[in-house]
Amino acid sequence: MNIIVCVKHVPDATADRKFEDDNTVDRVGVDGLLSELDEYAVEQALQLKEKAGDSEVEVTALCVGPEKAVDAVRKALQMGADKGIHVVDDAIAGSDAIGTSLVLAKAVEKAGAESKVDIVLCGMASTDAAMSVVPAMLAERLSWPQVTMASVIESQGDQVRIKRDGDTATEVIGASMPLVLSVTDQSGEARYPSFKGIMAAKKKPLDTWSLSDLGVDAGDVGLSVAWTEVEETTARPPRSQGEIVKDEDGSGATALTEFLASKKFI
Amino acid sequence: MSEVLVLVDHLDGAVRKPTYELLTIAKRLGEPSAVFIGDGAKASDVVDKVKKYGAEKVYVVDDAQIKGYLVAPKAEALQQLAEKTSASAILIPSTIEGKEIAGRLAIKLGSGLITDAVDVQEGPVTTQSVFAGSYTVTAKVTKGTPIITVKPNSATPEESEGAGTVEEFTAEVSDAAKGAQIVASQPRKASGRPDLNEAAIVVSGGRGTGGDFAPIEEFADALGGAVGASRAAVDSGWIGHAFQVGQTGKTVSPQLYVAAGISGAIQHRAGMQTSKTIVAVNKDEEAPIFELVDFGVVGDLKTVLPAATEAVNQRKG
Ligand SMILES: Cc1cc2nc3c(=O)[nH]c(=O)nc-3n(C[C@H](O)[C@H](O)[C@H](O)COP(=O)(O)OP(=O)(O)OC[C@H]3O[C@@H](n4cnc5c(N)ncnc54)[C@H](O)[C@@H]3O)c2cc1C
Ligand SMILES: Nc1ncnc2c1ncn2[C@@H]1O[C@H](COP(=O)(O)O)[C@@H](O)[C@H]1O
Repeated sequence: MNIIVCVKHVPDATADRKFEDDNTVDRVGVDGLLSELDEYAVEQALQLKEKAGDSEVEVTALCVGPEKAVDAVRKALQMGADKGIHVVDDAIAGSDAIGTSLVLAKAVEKAGAESKVDIVLCGMASTDAAMSVVPAMLAERLSWPQVTMASVIESQGDQVRIKRDGDTATEVIGASMPLVLSVTDQSGEARYPSFKGIMAAKKKPLDTWSLSDLGVDAGDVGLSVAWTEVEETTARPPRSQGEIVKDEDGSGATALTEFLASKKFI
Repeated sequence: MSEVLVLVDHLDGAVRKPTYELLTIAKRLGEPSAVFIGDGAKASDVVDKVKKYGAEKVYVVDDAQIKGYLVAPKAEALQQLAEKTSASAILIPSTIEGKEIAGRLAIKLGSGLITDAVDVQEGPVTTQSVFAGSYTVTAKVTKGTPIITVKPNSATPEESEGAGTVEEFTAEVSDAAKGAQIVASQPRKASGRPDLNEAAIVVSGGRGTGGDFAPIEEFADALGGAVGASRAAVDSGWIGHAFQVGQTGKTVSPQLYVAAGISGAIQHRAGMQTSKTIVAVNKDEEAPIFELVDFGVVGDLKTVLPAATEAVNQRKG
C-alpha cells in the first residue's frame, strides 16, 4: 500500500505573522515549520504502516512550497516517512488553494504512475490559511472519494472507515481506496523524531520536482492567475488591557458582577 | 437581477439561523434563491421560513438518493443548479461540510472560493479574520462564479418577504460521487443551552477547572450563555470536542466571552480573540489571557465563579 501525506510548511503561529506588500503571506520573515496539524497526518500514516506490518506500506511525504519548505518534508522523514517529494517552482508562489490543489494532484498522479497510490492523507487545515478545503479539492481533482476530519481510522483490505465528530453528529464514514483522508488533532499525539530517525532521514530518498516535471503550465498557477484576490490586509489593533482585580475574600466576584452589570450583560 | 444561491443550513429540515444570515447577505448581492437539499416532505416548512428572509425562489433537491453520502453529491447538485440558473454568486455556510462542498464546487465550476467570510458586501467583497484574528483581510473572487462560505453571525438576519417560488430540482448524481458512505450517524444530544456558534455570551473553562465544569455551567446558565472549553479540557475528557473553542475547534465572536482557568495560548485565542468583550478568571496573574481582557479577576475560579453566579442570580431577582 502506498500512502502520500501532504505536509505544508507554514510560518510559526507563535511568531508575528505578517503579509508581504503584494498581500501574500510573508514566508521569509518568519521562521517556518511543518504545520503542526500535518504532524497528525504523518503520525496516522505511520500508524497505518505499523499496523499493516512495516514492509507492506510505503509512506511518502509531499510538500508544495518554496526552497525552505523542504524542511517540512525532512521533518516527516525524521518522524518515519520513507520518501519525500518537494515540488518547488518560482511560478507557484502566491497560488491559492485552487492552484495548490492542482499541483498536489499532478504530483500524486506522477507518483502514482510509478506505483499506485492508495491513500492521500492530509491535515485538517493548514495553520496559516486554515481553509480546510485542499483535501476536498484534491479529491475532486483526482475523482476520488474523501473521508475527512477523522479522529479514528481503521483500514482493512482496500476499505477505510473513519470516525469523526461532525458539526451536529458523530459519524462513521466508509470508502474504498484510492481515497483522500484528512485527520484532526483528536487523532492522537504525533511522535517526536528520535535520534535514530534523524540520522536515518539523511539517507532517505527526497525528490525535487518542478512544474515542468509535472506537466503543469506555469501560467496555470501562482499569484497572477489566482482565482481570488486579496485587496487589503489590516493588522487588528491590539486589544488594550482593561482592569485587572485581585480577588480577596469575595471582592473579585463582586467586582466582576458589577463590571458585567455596567456592560448590561445582566 | 441575477440569482444568488444560498445553500440552506438545516438539521433534518429544521432551518438553522445562519441560513437567514446568508439570505440577508444574498439580498445585498442580487436575488436570493434558497437551495434546500433534504427531505422533500419537509420542504414546505422550509419554504415558509426562508421566504420570510427574502428567498424569491426555493430550489428543492430531494436527497433520498444521496443523503447517505458525504459532500460530493451535494457539490454536483449545486454545480448543476449554478449552471442552470447562471447564478452570480453562491453562499454556503462555513461548516466543515459546507467548506468541503465549496471546495469541490470551486473545482467543478472553475470558480474562485473564499472561505470563512465574516462579512460580505456588494462586489462581492468579503472580509475575513486571519492569523488567529490578528489580521483583517478583504478579498474578492476574480474568476467564475464567486463561491463564498460565510461564518455564523456575519450578518443580522433581516426579515423581508420574498416570493418563495418553489422549484423541484432533480440532480444527476454520478456513481463516482457516491464513494464516501455515511455508515452510522449519532446525533449530538442537545445540551439545552444556546448553541456555541450562535450564543451572545460564552463561558469557557480550561485545565484550571480541574475537571469540574459545574462552576462554568452554572455561571453560563446565570448569564444565559453557552459553555465552551479549551483543548486541554477536551483532551482530558472533561467535555466533548464540540465545545472546544480555538484553532481546531470553533471560532466564536460573542458579545461576551468569559475564560476561566484558561491560560490563553495562541491556538485558543484564535477562536475567541474577536469577541466584543473578554473577561478572564485565572489564579495566575501572569497568564497571557489577561493581555486580552476588558476585565480580569486574579483568583480561584472555584470560589469566584460560584460567588459571581449567586450575585448575578440575585440581581436578576
Ligand atoms: C495544532 C494545535 C491546535 C490547537 N488547537 C487548540 C484549540 O482549538 N483550542 C484550544 O483551547 N487550544 C488548542 N491548542 C492547545 C493550546 O496550545 C493550549 O495547550 C491549550 O489552549 C491550553 O488549555 P488551558 O488554557 O485550559 O490549559 P493551561 O495552559 O494548562 O492553562 C490552565 C490555566 O488555568 C489556571 N488555573 C489553574 N487552576 C485554576 C483555578 N483554580 N482557578 C483559576 N485559574 C486556574 C492556570 O493559572 C493556567 O493559566 C492547540 C495546540 C496545537 C499545537
Ligand atoms: N502547499 C501544500 N503542500 C502540501 N500539502 C498541503 C499544502 N497546502 C495544503 N496542504 C494539505 O491540505 C491540508 C489542508 O489545507 P488547507 O485547505 O490550506 O487548510 C493541509 O493540512 C495539508 O495536508
